[in-house]
Amino acid sequence: MLFYLIRRLIYAVPIALAVGFVCFMLVQIAPGDPINAIVPPDAPQDVVDQVRRDYGLDKPLPVQFGIWLLKVVQGDLGRSLATGRPVWSDLQSAIGNTLTLAASASLLGFMLGCVLGGLAGTFRGSILDRAAVTIAVAGVSVPHYWLGMVLVVIFSVQLNMLPAMGAGPGGSADWAWDWEHMQHLVLPSITLAVIPMGIVTRTVRGIVAEIMNQEFVVALRGKGLTGWGVFLHVVKNAAPNVLAVLGLQLGYLMGGSILVETVFSWPGTGLLLNSAIFQRDLPVLQGTILVLSLFFVALNLLVDLVQTALDPRIKRA
Amino acid sequence: MSTTTAAEAELAIQARQAAQNSDGYWKGVFKRVRRDKVTMFCAFILLCMLLAIIFAPLIAPHEPFQGSMIRRLRPIGTPNYPLGTDELGRDILTRLLFGGRLSWFMGIVPVALAFVMGTFLGVLAGFAGGKTNMLIMRVTDVFYAFPSVLLAVAISGALGAGILNAILALTLVFVPPIIRVAESVTQGVRNLDFVDAARASGASAFTVVRVHVLGNVLGPIFIYATSLISVCMILASGLSFLGLGTRPPEAEWGLMLNTLRTAIYVQPWVAVLPGACIFVTSICFNLVSDGMRQAMDVKG
Repeated sequence: MLFYLIRRLIYAVPIALAVGFVCFMLVQIAPGDPINAIVPPDAPQDVVDQVRRDYGLDKPLPVQFGIWLLKVVQGDLGRSLATGRPVWSDLQSAIGNTLTLAASASLLGFMLGCVLGGLAGTFRGSILDRAAVTIAVAGVSVPHYWLGMVLVVIFSVQLNMLPAMGAGPGGSADWAWDWEHMQHLVLPSITLAVIPMGIVTRTVRGIVAEIMNQEFVVALRGKGLTGWGVFLHVVKNAAPNVLAVLGLQLGYLMGGSILVETVFSWPGTGLLLNSAIFQRDLPVLQGTILVLSLFFVALNLLVDLVQTALDPRIKRA
Repeated sequence: MSTTTAAEAELAIQARQAAQNSDGYWKGVFKRVRRDKVTMFCAFILLCMLLAIIFAPLIAPHEPFQGSMIRRLRPIGTPNYPLGTDELGRDILTRLLFGGRLSWFMGIVPVALAFVMGTFLGVLAGFAGGKTNMLIMRVTDVFYAFPSVLLAVAISGALGAGILNAILALTLVFVPPIIRVAESVTQGVRNLDFVDAARASGASAFTVVRVHVLGNVLGPIFIYATSLISVCMILASGLSFLGLGTRPPEAEWGLMLNTLRTAIYVQPWVAVLPGACIFVTSICFNLVSDGMRQAMDVKG
């Protein structure tokens, strides 16, 4: 296990580096000279050259990547072109908000998905099973940004029950665990929970159905165990795979919340990305995507390690 | 019940299936699909939609780009404007019909491109093995390190808005998963006896791939690709919703949803109509893909 841990950690390094390279290239594939984004178009040539040298834009690409990487490792993601603030400081508060939203959404989606999928897998072919499958297909097919709008129409416009925008009263961007803030979390969480709910339902249904078909379940029944006892055994067998799906879904939600955050003006990384796109603020775009994807890589790693530790049947060396 | 009788029963079932399928694999698949009511119903809806958007200029009651300041944001059921009008006074029904063209285009084209590229690279990796496999699969791993939505937003965000850029970004998102599927099915087929037999009888690598491998791997890869269409459609509309895909005044469901978003307090039910179109299309594509997967008995 220790050997596997070390090997897996070492394997994650080139992936992280490659992710960094892709993020670095994002600015390179953007149309136009990056210098135009920094200096005004009527600046004299010597000023342009000076700025080009200061930013290291006159050096060859691999050298630029090296310089950029060195800065990133030290936590310097550059400055926003629009506001002049360091990208990292804007990102810090946004990541917290996105994590709050993504965690509550994946928790909600996960619980619903486990219940639905577990029931469907246990009672295969029943009406319950068909209902769960239908809900799961609808969950993965619905454009979630549209679902968010529909929920706003119903609960904010028509019923006036829940707030439609922001993370707190008066457009506050700072999250707090009180009633006022919690109300703002309800609609975005439900909206974002729909996709993981669909995927978890499908996966859990498959896993449970497969386990129920195995002979040891028949043996348990024959031994005289009642439904509850068999259930515990099934849970124990299903847990590692289900946990892996949960971890990946949390990662997808961290990156995928951009559309939902836009609908609800949730002050997270998605809204930051959205405004960066509108203002063509490439450093913010690059920094946000880098941090989110590195988070995803780390989460993948964690899922792998936890799964290996939980399930002695997986032998990895 | 001993294992031998179970195995014998299995063989008997297989033999019966083989007899049933004696008039061809695709005929059998088609027969099974036709018996599946849900799949047939969804396929029928998709066909109706396809015809409606192809003949949009003939059946649309108005011009898609002609607005009017005096009839902005009319409710559903207005005479002459059965589904209301948008924030610039354009007929919603007309724009939904024309918008479907771009939405379908953006949902299918990236998957089709990714299917061609992914199949090529995946079969190459799976069949060649060794260093070629290593190179292709490790690059694929890197793209797997990004959540798909984020990758699409990142690439089209850097390239800027536009239909071509969005298609490029979405194609790049869908190539890696297709490579993975193609590689794994190819590896499964490569070591089967009939491939060895073909090699032994002197067939070149190209012939083996063309005749013996492709025929066996295209089905599963194709089924997988069809299941991506609904995701692609949602993502493409999502990019337009963010202002990254199609640009105004073009009619496209995601973009319509975006511009109608400000009207949500005035005509809420008109504003959510384009999203309903995306939802219906995507759920139908998903169910048809599921039905085909079952009919072709593809696992995974």
